[in-house]
Amino acid sequence: MSNSKPGYTATSEVSRVRAKRTLWENIIRGLRSAPPTALFGMLVITAYVVIAIFAPLIAPYGESEVFPIPYAPWSDEFLFGTDQLGRDVFTRLVYGARNTIGIAIMTTILAFTIGGGLGLVAAINQKWLDQFLSRFVDVLMAIPSLIFALMLLSIFGSSILNIILIIAVLDSTRVFRLTRAVALNVVVMDYVEAARLRGEKLGWIIRREILPNIMPTLVAEFGLRFSFVFLTIAALSFLGLGIQPPTADWGSMVRENAGLIQFAEYDITAALTPLLPAGAIALLTVAVNFVVDWFLHKTSGLRDE
Amino acid sequence: MHPILRTILQRLGLGVVTLFVVSVIIFSSIQFLPGDFAQAILGQAALEETVAAFRKELGLDLPAWQRYLQWIGGVVQGDFGTSFSGRDASGVDRSRAVVDLIAPRLENTLFLALMAAIISVPIALILGVTAALYRNSIYDRTVNSLTLISISMPEFFVAYILILFFASLNKVFPTLANISPDVELGERIYRTALPAMTLTLVIVAHMMRMTRAAIINLLASPYIEMAELKGVSRATIILRHALPNAWAPIVNVIAFNLAYLVVGVVVVEVVFVYPGVGQLMVDAVTTRDMPVVQGCALIFAATYILLNLSADIVSIISNPRLLHPR
Repeated sequence: MSNSKPGYTATSEVSRVRAKRTLWENIIRGLRSAPPTALFGMLVITAYVVIAIFAPLIAPYGESEVFPIPYAPWSDEFLFGTDQLGRDVFTRLVYGARNTIGIAIMTTILAFTIGGGLGLVAAINQKWLDQFLSRFVDVLMAIPSLIFALMLLSIFGSSILNIILIIAVLDSTRVFRLTRAVALNVVVMDYVEAARLRGEKLGWIIRREILPNIMPTLVAEFGLRFSFVFLTIAALSFLGLGIQPPTADWGSMVRENAGLIQFAEYDITAALTPLLPAGAIALLTVAVNFVVDWFLHKTSGLRDE
Repeated sequence: MHPILRTILQRLGLGVVTLFVVSVIIFSSIQFLPGDFAQAILGQAALEETVAAFRKELGLDLPAWQRYLQWIGGVVQGDFGTSFSGRDASGVDRSRAVVDLIAPRLENTLFLALMAAIISVPIALILGVTAALYRNSIYDRTVNSLTLISISMPEFFVAYILILFFASLNKVFPTLANISPDVELGERIYRTALPAMTLTLVIVAHMMRMTRAAIINLLASPYIEMAELKGVSRATIILRHALPNAWAPIVNVIAFNLAYLVVGVVVVEVVFVYPGVGQLMVDAVTTRDMPVVQGCALIFAATYILLNLSADIVSIISNPRLLHPR
């Protein structure tokens, strides 16, 4: 062999201490095997997160700073022009990343806390509590969630807190079903029984025995739920019932500038202005879906082939 | 009794119970309205008697269960109450019955949904079956990525892109779907083209992916492997062996997506200012016109439940194992 060094023996190769791969090496290996779509998705997500965190540094103007020229065309001064009140569209896009993504993340986390927690409890309890929760969720899921959200918003009024609470509760039903279904498979395992006989507390059983085994499914679901919640909030804002002005938000930006699309034949850049926030929403959900698709493929036999 | 009949009756009973509970939820939503909304709706200048009369009309002097019975009794007879809008502090009542508001719009919404369904179901089935047939080929991968992208896009993004290309840059279709009852069918289809296309794009992606998954799921079963080993061609395997068994999941997929259409119409109707129930509901939510909101929510929820119920029943009927019990 050309690559064998002098003094090489098979015994030394076999008896060499095998170092466990570090986390970093594992990440690199994982990334190498990722398909281009997943890499693209991760790149996009990272970019969005950076923009959201450093929004005040990136944005040239203040979030609701008003200039005297409404509907200004694209120029060096206003990169993507100004909106109907004369606010810089680029600045609003940057701040919109922070608000829209932040609210969607908070909603998803809340939905997972409620749905995941109750799902685990239902799977372990399996008595009247399980029955009660499952039937309750069945009924909630019988109403289309956007319609339900619209109805609840008309009662409680649309504020950011209400949106987060309403959508989190409606979405937690799906998380509940999934968590309960996967946890049921784990609860019947012998090692859970053993832990119970050992006298471990409920918290330990959930944390150390069940959660590690259902984590991959939940992580993938987190991605899917996030993009669903994100789209729902965007749709509500677009309908004028979500995040209220003057908070910069992509859904309402599309709504406010939608009229510009009529002028596409005179100035194509003007027509693109309402499409920018809509595109920003689409790009993020596409990216998340690509990553989740790859993750599901990697961690489970859920996918075909 | 035939076991299949019993299962179907059970499902129907469950459906009725669900409808009942959903109607209770929708009705009780009005209980959570803050403060005295009779006063809020009529305004500060309203006379004492007007407010009292309005409260009486809403039945606020009755216990909740009596009000529910009155409401649901009316709904069953096609009376959804009267809209809040058009009320005046002076006591002049120009409000309209909710059913008069909803009925013509429901027809429009159903027309739009039907049009989208007629276009999208065949396309989705053909794409799904062919993608399963040429699994892992470039064709399959392209279709898969494209549908993943189109699933991830918000409806209004798809809608505005279509507007940009087909209405703004090239004037092929009108931007606003302006429909009135006296418009002829051909003209009506022409004006509804863009909203229907938007819905189609969103729905086809879902249906295609689920059809493909349903067929590929079946391809893993032993009898397909057997056919493959016998040397049967791929097309025959899919069409003769896999497809008959895939009907139940596929019908489920179709019904599921038609139910999804019900929700999808809301956003699309607002984009194209299409006079449908979705737009009516959004307007009512903005003005907090509760009787209209309740009526629309009940119609949407009922359609959704009925579609899911019929999907359940069709999949029970088309399952040979249930049809011929041992």
